[in-house]
Amino acid sequence: MAGMRAFAAAIPLSMLFAISPATAQTPPTESIQIGLSTDAISITAGFSGADLTIFGSLENPDPLVARQGRYDVVVVLEGPPRPVVVRRKDRVLGVWINLDSETFENVPVSYSVATTRPLQDIAEPAKYKQLSLGAQNLYLKPADETDSPATIEEFTAALRERKAATGLYSENVGGVQFLSQNLFRATVRLAPNVPVGTHKARAFLFKSGMFVKESSAQLEIRKSGFEQSVFRVAHDYSFLYGVFAISLAMLTGWLGRIIFRKD
Amino acid sequence: MGIYLPIAEISVNVFVLLAMGAAVGFLSGMFGVGGGFLITPLLIFYNIPPAIAVATGANQVIASSFSGALSHFKRGTLDFKLGGVLLAGGIVGSTAGIYVFALLRRLGQLDLFISLLYVVLLGTVGGLMLVESVNALRASRSGAAPVLKKSGQHNWIHRLPFKMRFRASKLFVSVIPVLGLGAGIGFLSSIMGVGGGFIMVPALIYLLKVPTNVVIGTSLFQIIFTSAYTTLVHATTNQTVDVILAFLLMAGGVAGAQYGAKAGQRLRGEQLRALLAMLVLAVAIRLAVDLFVTPPNLYSLSAAGLN
Repeated sequence: MAGMRAFAAAIPLSMLFAISPATAQTPPTESIQIGLSTDAISITAGFSGADLTIFGSLENPDPLVARQGRYDVVVVLEGPPRPVVVRRKDRVLGVWINLDSETFENVPVSYSVATTRPLQDIAEPAKYKQLSLGAQNLYLKPADETDSPATIEEFTAALRERKAATGLYSENVGGVQFLSQNLFRATVRLAPNVPVGTHKARAFLFKSGMFVKESSAQLEIRKSGFEQSVFRVAHDYSFLYGVFAISLAMLTGWLGRIIFRKD
Repeated sequence: MGIYLPIAEISVNVFVLLAMGAAVGFLSGMFGVGGGFLITPLLIFYNIPPAIAVATGANQVIASSFSGALSHFKRGTLDFKLGGVLLAGGIVGSTAGIYVFALLRRLGQLDLFISLLYVVLLGTVGGLMLVESVNALRASRSGAAPVLKKSGQHNWIHRLPFKMRFRASKLFVSVIPVLGLGAGIGFLSSIMGVGGGFIMVPALIYLLKVPTNVVIGTSLFQIIFTSAYTTLVHATTNQTVDVILAFLLMAGGVAGAQYGAKAGQRLRGEQLRALLAMLVLAVAIRLAVDLFVTPPNLYSLSAAGLN
């Protein structure tokens, strides 16, 4: 206990020395940095989801605020944006048919959040809307903004719900932990069906409920191995791939007849 | 043992797929059909996206029909000329089908349309076959000789122009119904992922009066090419053919087919047809139920801009 106190006391002292000449009156503002150990991740065929750990640090934290635990960090790993159509089934003559739909532009394919505390305890809901932060607050732009607000709201909610149900949008409360006054570790979930492409890791720093600073880094997620080669060939050389699929079928049919012949 | 399907982008159990292929192969060998009409719905029940189930089903049909056509070729029960004309129609129908497929996919109505087509076609074919085979079974039980339609009998189809002679089938018939039949089957092949044997075989027998012994070989011959064409077009336009999935199904399928063919020889024709009819109806009913039961999720997501 005594050691701890000594340690805590040592930091402000050293900082005071470092900054006192230039900015004695206005304390420097806090900022946040995150670092990824790699800028690309390869996931293999058997990938069944994983936790991705992101380390980050606070720069120039106010030790008093830090000790009272009034710094909060929200880390987001956002997948590449894609246009999405949300469709609703309705009953027509007893049969369930896709009737109404709403297209949204630039919807992140995946969205994993890790926070120090539940989002509602960190800041006001309006703040998240303004920052477009959190799966429930993320701004989803409808392609046709002339649709009635009620319809847009309904389909937006359905989109969030479907994304959460498939594990692509997730929230890990307590997933950000402070290891020291400066250093934190964030654990975001990668869903088994995490999309390939350029993902963006963003860290948001809050101080007593107020947004202070944001920092971001990019992460490339790609699939590796045999299955990925098949996928790439199917898309890049689709004609040859088709010819191969047909030849394989004929060969299998012919071999099957030779091996298992019963007549 | 799990395996990741590169195109379907899901993990599946290898043994489930091999068993599925073997079971369908057994039935297809037994009844002399390609089995596409069973594989595609089974894949959909197994949560493979319908677009991929259809394209991969077409690919799998090539293997079973190629294997079957080979043995008919060796026995000389294959009419290349008739098959060729059916095929010419098939390519046209298949091209139209692929276009409709892409359009429906864009409109978000593909899954519904596939299910509806299955329910209507399987329901009709299964129902007709069941009635016919039950009548035949009843007739044979009461001792009466089965009434066969004479091949010399003519109907309206035989009065159409542009006649052509098909020597192997002992047939002199207009090319219009042959091309039309080929086109219809090609259309279904690309939308439903089936070879179309379950429609082609009765149509050739009852409409065109082709002798039964050449029907299956000729139907299989044309199905190889129609489904090969369908596979190729799906692979290039929609990228929905999953070779890994197709290969597992084929491997199980070709093995099962040979045993099925042997088992089929022990059953009588009417019994075989009654069993097939019930199977076809069961698939139709299962798909129909899904159309009417309230889905667990009313909302679905799909990528926009699939042009």
